[in-house]
Amino acid sequence: MSVNILDRVAAGKADKSDVLIVCHKKEAGHGVKVTVKSSVRAFFGKHIESLVARKINELQITDILVEVDDNGALDFAILARLEAALIKMGHNVTKPLLDDACFDHFNPDFSRLRRSRLYIPGNNPDLIINAGLFGADSLILDLEDSVAPEQKFDTRFMIRNILTCKNNFLGASERIVRINPLSCEYGLADLEMIVPARPDIILIPKCETADDIIKIEKIVAKLEQSHGIPKQILFMPLIETARGVINAYKIATASKRSVALCFGAEDFTRDIGCERTRDGKETFSARCSIVYAAKAAGIEAIDTVFSDIEDSEGLRKSTVEAQSIGFCGKGLIHPGQIRIVHEVFAPTTEQIQYANRVMQAIEDAKSRGLGVIALGSKMIDAPVVERARKTLELAAKMGIDTAKKEVR
Amino acid sequence: MVPSEINGRPVKPYAGAFADMVSGKRKAAPPIPRCFPGRVNKVINGLDAALDKLPLRDGMCISFHHHLRNGDYLVNAVVEKLAQRGFKDIVLAPTALFPVHDKLIPYIESGVISHVEGSMNGDVGLACSLGKMKRTATLRSHGGRVRAIQDGDLHIDIAFIGASAADCYGNANGVLGKSACGPLSYSNVDSLYADCSVVITDNLVPFPCIPWSIQGGNINYVVTVDSIGDPAQIVSGTTKLTKSPTQLLIAEYAARFVDEIGYIREGLSFQAGAGGISLAFNVYLAEMMKKKGFTASFAHGGGNTVLVKMLEEGALKYICEGQCFDLDAVRSLRENDNHVESTLSISYNYHAKGCIAHMLDIGVLGATEIDLNFNVNVNTHSDGLLLHGTGGFPDVAAGSDVTIITAPSFRKRIPIIRENVTTVTCPGELIDVVVTERGICINPKRQDLIDKTKNSKLPIMSIDQLMDEVYKITGVPEKVELDDKIVAVMEWRDGSMLDVIRKVKT
Repeated sequence: MSVNILDRVAAGKADKSDVLIVCHKKEAGHGVKVTVKSSVRAFFGKHIESLVARKINELQITDILVEVDDNGALDFAILARLEAALIKMGHNVTKPLLDDACFDHFNPDFSRLRRSRLYIPGNNPDLIINAGLFGADSLILDLEDSVAPEQKFDTRFMIRNILTCKNNFLGASERIVRINPLSCEYGLADLEMIVPARPDIILIPKCETADDIIKIEKIVAKLEQSHGIPKQILFMPLIETARGVINAYKIATASKRSVALCFGAEDFTRDIGCERTRDGKETFSARCSIVYAAKAAGIEAIDTVFSDIEDSEGLRKSTVEAQSIGFCGKGLIHPGQIRIVHEVFAPTTEQIQYANRVMQAIEDAKSRGLGVIALGSKMIDAPVVERARKTLELAAKMGIDTAKKEVR
Repeated sequence: MVPSEINGRPVKPYAGAFADMVSGKRKAAPPIPRCFPGRVNKVINGLDAALDKLPLRDGMCISFHHHLRNGDYLVNAVVEKLAQRGFKDIVLAPTALFPVHDKLIPYIESGVISHVEGSMNGDVGLACSLGKMKRTATLRSHGGRVRAIQDGDLHIDIAFIGASAADCYGNANGVLGKSACGPLSYSNVDSLYADCSVVITDNLVPFPCIPWSIQGGNINYVVTVDSIGDPAQIVSGTTKLTKSPTQLLIAEYAARFVDEIGYIREGLSFQAGAGGISLAFNVYLAEMMKKKGFTASFAHGGGNTVLVKMLEEGALKYICEGQCFDLDAVRSLRENDNHVESTLSISYNYHAKGCIAHMLDIGVLGATEIDLNFNVNVNTHSDGLLLHGTGGFPDVAAGSDVTIITAPSFRKRIPIIRENVTTVTCPGELIDVVVTERGICINPKRQDLIDKTKNSKLPIMSIDQLMDEVYKITGVPEKVELDDKIVAVMEWRDGSMLDVIRKVKT
């Protein structure tokens, strides 16, 4: 057993779908005691008690009082809180308490759609358990800004358990974790806990130089190797300072793992010392720079979040603008925003019809052995063909019936 | 173990949703009154003076409406004064009770109130669950309550009818005055059948009080008080539009389902009950109707700001309602000729020559539990506690062409889909579709709906499959043991006994 065992530690909170676990060190001979207070006690009281007792016994902890104050937490959340508490207490927990870690959903894919990138506070299991139902292209489990410093430790266990739980709470969405910057005290510990849980992408905040990416890549590669992770975890650098904007191309090309550059307007406007406005004039140039840097590096660019969840027209406007300057997606903070963003990024009926006509013209030209391809009176050159191909590819990815054009 | 009688009244067993044979029976009737020409003044100042005149006795049945919902002052005030006068064993027959009525608990415990006939929730329901009522409570739907009164199963001695406007004759409404709360339709049957009917108002107006939701010819006394309640409190948690992404998703699925079965069409009629999901359903429905350029023929049930907007924008021709869920609806009922009040009998009564609920295309309702046979529970929680009223649920489910239940697949950790429901509020034969955030289940008896949605992108699955999927997430809950003692009976619309509610072990 460890030597420095604390007298009393707590993890979690008794919010909906969460649990507060308080462990008390007891003198030898006390034995293992688990008390359960729960809003679902009539249905799961015995289950929770035996689950916690079993884990304590497996760890061969002999004298402890565990007080469980539950509010409908599922097992993955209970075990995340228990593990965090026991480790904080000083116990040696060598493998995750969650049974049968599952990596079936690990699928880093460079070329998927990333129209909607929905942030979810990583320490809120109630928001996480339904997060996969809304059809967001990507879900970001956040360890950074939405998590208070004193909760970072507990949150890592929660996110790790969500990623490795047999129940897939994140649906078909891409699994992204936003870590804390490596420059702060949490960043390295974040990576050590999160990389083995195999997120598809690590969202790296406050990127300012290529070095920020290179350092993280070294750590990630090492962890991947030691944990036998079969595919490379991808990166999404988040640029939110003037320095980051200036270095955007270097950041974009620093690692082959990077799939897209993201922009964060909130921190950026603070950094350059101006107010963030609704029409975003103050960030326009920065956002364009990021698009150019990303495109020059051969990757995508994703726009900042739209933070007023009541203003759906504002969101639509902002998304239309983002698309018009070359972004492929938006950051979101509420599932209700997804539909609008997907609508905006869907190719229009006219675009699809034109693309179909272009492809048809190519077929016709081929079958007739013609070198020059024309549609009506207009000649079709390579960029036009490429754009048509991309339009149809995008439509197919979005599940749009190219005859009817209906957004999924 | 089904009882053969409840409170001395023989029990008629449930035989099927529409199995009731009533031929030859006649309605109950109140005593024959008489009146003389001339200016009659029925006004009494204050509740105390009124109680001096009323034929009070132990064991009497008194009734109230719930149009002021959580803002009602009258139930508590009347019961308190009856307790002060030493009356006991009172049968309380409200159309619904709210958290504001938690103050009745001491009077239940002391025996001033013997039991409730009608609907209850919150702490009063809890007290019933814990066996604190002297006699067995009866739970009825809105339509079932009307039936019980007109058929003579529920005799009301004194009906207390709060009104935001009334004249000296007893004509009254709920749309004028500072306490305006909407219709007074719930009390219509009470005023017709009670031995004694009393209008209580904080706004005496010159004769005649128009509109007259309640008519003076049925009223014995008009009592003036300072205030009948606070109409700001009629909006409660269950009547507010939700922001919960999961609830919005369920509402959207329900609306998309309605679209896919071809019901987004000209002349659609619908009712969506209280509750965040139902209200959000209205929003999505309105959006779809608008997009396709259709106008709904009528919406039934609780009026609310979403329906009022549809009405005012021309997307809906009429609102026929028994109650208002917010003050926008109260305003509209007062000002808009196409927004009308309908009595509970006209809305929901099965022992009538027709009711509006039977004319509905779509009914959207909430639930606490649904079982594999589509039986629905709206009254008790899975631990057996009686915490919710029935409302018009069985009446809407019985009447709607397509009855849709919307609910999250689990609340906290407690699954909604169970092998068996704790209490049957409505038999599964009347439930067509269950919509949750994790799956949509169509009752196998609705092959037509299954056929119409076979190419749907909605997550349609069998109800067994949904239960299994939810169990995989939540785990299988322990079975809750209940006491043998019956604390309430669940009466079906026709007066038969559908189920019983047993005491919760403490």
